[in-house]
Amino acid sequence: MIEERFDAIVVGAGMAGNAAALTMAKRGMKVLQLERGEYPGSKNVQGAILYADMMEKLVPEFREEAPLERHLIEQRFWMMDDRSHVGMHYRSEDFNEERPNRYTIIRAQFDKWFSSKVREAGATVLCETTVTELVRDERERIVGVRTDRRDGEIHADVVVLAEGVNGLLGTRAGLRARPRPDNVALAVKEMHFLPRETIEARFNLKGDEGVVIEAAGTISRGMTGMGFIYANKECISLGIGCLVADFQRTGQTPYGLLDQFKRHPSVAPLIAGSEVKEYSAHLIPEGGYKSIPQLYGEGWVVVGDAAQLNNAIHREGSNLAMTSGRIAAEAIDLVKSRGEPMSATNLAIYKKMLDDSFVIKDLKKYKDLPPLMHTHSQNFFLTYPQLISKAMQNFVRVDGTPKAEKEKATLKSFAKARSWTGLFGDAYRFARAWR
Amino acid sequence: MNVEPPVRVEDKLYYNRYLVDIGHPHVKVRAHTTPSPQLLALLKVCPARCYELNDDGQVEITVDGCIECGTCRVIAEPTGDIEWSHPRGGYGVLFKFG
Repeated sequence: MIEERFDAIVVGAGMAGNAAALTMAKRGMKVLQLERGEYPGSKNVQGAILYADMMEKLVPEFREEAPLERHLIEQRFWMMDDRSHVGMHYRSEDFNEERPNRYTIIRAQFDKWFSSKVREAGATVLCETTVTELVRDERERIVGVRTDRRDGEIHADVVVLAEGVNGLLGTRAGLRARPRPDNVALAVKEMHFLPRETIEARFNLKGDEGVVIEAAGTISRGMTGMGFIYANKECISLGIGCLVADFQRTGQTPYGLLDQFKRHPSVAPLIAGSEVKEYSAHLIPEGGYKSIPQLYGEGWVVVGDAAQLNNAIHREGSNLAMTSGRIAAEAIDLVKSRGEPMSATNLAIYKKMLDDSFVIKDLKKYKDLPPLMHTHSQNFFLTYPQLISKAMQNFVRVDGTPKAEKEKATLKSFAKARSWTGLFGDAYRFARAWR
Repeated sequence: MNVEPPVRVEDKLYYNRYLVDIGHPHVKVRAHTTPSPQLLALLKVCPARCYELNDDGQVEITVDGCIECGTCRVIAEPTGDIEWSHPRGGYGVLFKFG
């Protein structure tokens, strides 16, 4: 056993773990952070978009220091059928501001930098160390961790579980359930490299301006899923994800979907001639508010993806991760400053603080949407995109058909596919869940 | 629907960097005679195509190309079909971009 004792051990060096370790170290706590990767970031996968507001709260000067890719000035939503897409684009010069709101980032590089800030703040960061088990005392309180290093038992007052969506420790210790196929999505992604000027020309960008495309429709073959295309400086992150339960049910392959998405006539020209340099996969928590587990206990808290804190509707995960990490750290510091033990009763303040933040408020707002999307995936991801595409084509194609007849044909196609009751039911259910 | 060209997953994995922990696979398939539906699902859903059917109709795993997503754990750990751990510290896939 390592004799040295810590105020806190943080398991994992992703967004949540780094936010927690940084916040506690800055407040003078003795922090040990354990990461299984070769360096912080080497196991971390995300699209990725960084949300400046939440990052600023942790490292105010990040814009000058961090490896950022492009600041986003445009968001495109594509509803796709096999040969077309109907798009809604929002682009604004307002996003060319002094302190931009969102950036694309490359996680392995960003996390390495983020971790350097954690070290600067005084935390000890130990990489290439897999935590294998939580250590309990005779009263069943968590008092430390066991690692795969020799003499690998280390003790601390509190353990912050920032172990990611696939966190084994919490599950093995019975603190929370394993993710279920119906509350996690599997996303696969490739990094497509192209010259900077090519990316800027293809996406209509100048300088460090960036754009994000999010796509849904027949690309997921009736499963609940989404595709994404993010412009970085010299590469494009391109991927697609669907609910694991849907993959399991349909027997579709993730790489099959990815390659089909890449071949789509709306996508192929964007990545033509690119050199692929990495292929990755990751689970995304999709269960929303209803799948948030117990967040604290005797000597432990859980943060980020491990706690299923992801807003699947707005595609926001990393900001919920870093915010929950920061809030957990603040709560721990509060308990410590009162000279009180890290008991479940005292750590309950973490949940209270999180409930009062946008993290839980946003997840609560959309609590009914994930189940709706998951059970009606055929309609929302296959039928409607096809209908809307046909309606648009009918609207723009000039062929001498009187407009009144065209409108009638469009309405008829909707009613035929979903029936009037079905259409109103879907609209009602969607509006209710969105509220 | 168009006929799709076959996807060569091994070409995709070739882009990645790994440090393989020889002799210590982090995922193991429980010995079986007939694979469960969960095990069979892994043949398709594993994004690195680590799972394959052998000549006797049993599901086998080669973890060398694993990208550590955890999908197989979500599907087949509850039934006891597989045992899933993280690779030892420093081993496994090493993302340059992530």
